[in-house]
Amino acid sequence: MSELLTKARARNIFYGGSLVFIAIFVGLSVHSHRYVVNTSTAGMDLSEEVIHGKHVWEKNSCINCHTLHGEGAYFAPEVGNVMTRWGVMDDPEGAYEMLSGWMESQPSGIPGRRQMPHFELTEEELRALAEFLRFADQTDTQDWPPNDAG
Amino acid sequence: MRYQSQRVAFWYFSAALALFAVQLLGGLLAGWIYVSPNFLAEILPFNIVRMIHTNALIVWLLLGFFGAAYYLIPEESEREIWSVKLAYIQLAILVIGTLGAVASYLVGIHGGREFLEQPLWVKFGILVGAVLFLVNISLTVLAGRKTAVTGVLLTGLWLLSLLWIFAFINPDNLSLDKMYWWYVVHLWVEGTWELVMASILAFLMLKLTGVDREVVEKWLYVIVATALFSGILGTGHHFYWIGLPGYWQWLGSIFSTLEVIPFFAMMAFAFVMVWKGRKNHPNKAALLWALGSAVVAFFGAGVWGFLHTLHGVNYYSHGTQITAAHGHLAFYGAYVALNLAIFAYAFPQLRGRAPYNQAALQGSFWLMTGGMAFMTFTLTFAGTIQTHMQRVLGDYYMMVQDELGLFYMIRFGSGVAVALGAALFIGALAWAPKEKAAPLPGVAPAE
Repeated sequence: MSELLTKARARNIFYGGSLVFIAIFVGLSVHSHRYVVNTSTAGMDLSEEVIHGKHVWEKNSCINCHTLHGEGAYFAPEVGNVMTRWGVMDDPEGAYEMLSGWMESQPSGIPGRRQMPHFELTEEELRALAEFLRFADQTDTQDWPPNDAG
Repeated sequence: MRYQSQRVAFWYFSAALALFAVQLLGGLLAGWIYVSPNFLAEILPFNIVRMIHTNALIVWLLLGFFGAAYYLIPEESEREIWSVKLAYIQLAILVIGTLGAVASYLVGIHGGREFLEQPLWVKFGILVGAVLFLVNISLTVLAGRKTAVTGVLLTGLWLLSLLWIFAFINPDNLSLDKMYWWYVVHLWVEGTWELVMASILAFLMLKLTGVDREVVEKWLYVIVATALFSGILGTGHHFYWIGLPGYWQWLGSIFSTLEVIPFFAMMAFAFVMVWKGRKNHPNKAALLWALGSAVVAFFGAGVWGFLHTLHGVNYYSHGTQITAAHGHLAFYGAYVALNLAIFAYAFPQLRGRAPYNQAALQGSFWLMTGGMAFMTFTLTFAGTIQTHMQRVLGDYYMMVQDELGLFYMIRFGSGVAVALGAALFIGALAWAPKEKAAPLPGVAPAE
């Protein structure tokens, strides 16, 4: 290896090869970006309410207990498919009512179980969050999760 | 210590170790909440504790990298750092930003993207700190001797700073948000950080084993080439289930399988260098930490990463305790242990001492590594059961968690071992015993 692969050659392979892989990655990223906008999330309008819901989700740092599409903390249930689990995926009003009732009843007070904190959200925020979670749920995630348990 | 300006590293390393302690306190607390769910639930909920645990980790590792750069670049470039003052200003900005972030988390002010929760002013602070750093080290390197170690280190640090820009880009579309989020998270830890890791490891091997620079640097280029060739498209293993095209399942599976190679190469490299090396360096603790880092990184990042990276496996294991098991051992092996290796090597030099407290520093390696390994096994078992019950049988999340209590208790115990090991490490570095006599002949403290 010492004659064939000199230090200078190894260096050139590193810098040159990396540029090639970066170029491929950028190309695929452009395609993936378009695919997300036009195909996988296109089933529902990215409305002002959905965007507001995303901000509610972020402001309360839900991701540091829950997972969303499997990413986040592993301390609380997956919520990427929660609207399907609750059977309200196609029913915005029902989604709001379920979510609102759930948030109202926390902390549940079941002994020995993890407690979700009580979040003081307005009706507007709750409606937005419900729409955001419906938006997440309608995303084509390649059939993940395997079942409704999330 | 050959150059006065290397002294800067002492303060970076000290700040890093202080934050390491904060990270471990957060970890212990989070681990205890898993055992006793209502502990502090009203005052300090789990999501805040976890934010402190992960953010403290990221910042202290970066401070360690910055410190390592300030330590090794003068020796590699054979000149003083361009501006020592700028280096201290950078440190002050980063420390103020970190303290500000922790304080704002405690009062409930934070962002909502995992690991990137820092308030906007802290994010800008990090950006300014990174720019000051890049200017400072780039001017130092350009003016002095250019080596592969500094070239790769600079490439890694420049790229990771550029990728930080994606921390400011938060698309409204959730799937796009997730995609660009990985440009920071994955391309840091499975891309640019590997460059930093490999170059620090190469520097340590040069110093500790005395192997010829030509050999070390050729290995370095081969290792970092395999890291980026596999790691860039390996990002695909995060793109399986977040709304991106299906072809990522194949690209991600293939390239992330190849991601094992750089970690295997780093382990092989470290051992071959030690065998080939003729130098009997007195700092055995630094050598143990460096070799240990390469081995544990191979298992944590390589083996445990491969364990759940194939899309057919990941479909079931994604987002379970399996991920937590891998995350803990990978970060510990690749980045925590490597930082501790350079700290263990540099501290005596920075204090103008022969290596001290070697037994305690080696003991802390076994205590921390044993604890982390045990934690990883425990979480892997918990994750296997979780995957089967939740993903195969379809049992609900909270019901499954009720079955895992025993594992979480054992995990807390192993976390205590890690914390004790860390306390031993910090104590052993901080309190140097009184120098008995002049250094023995043949022991060159200035190497």
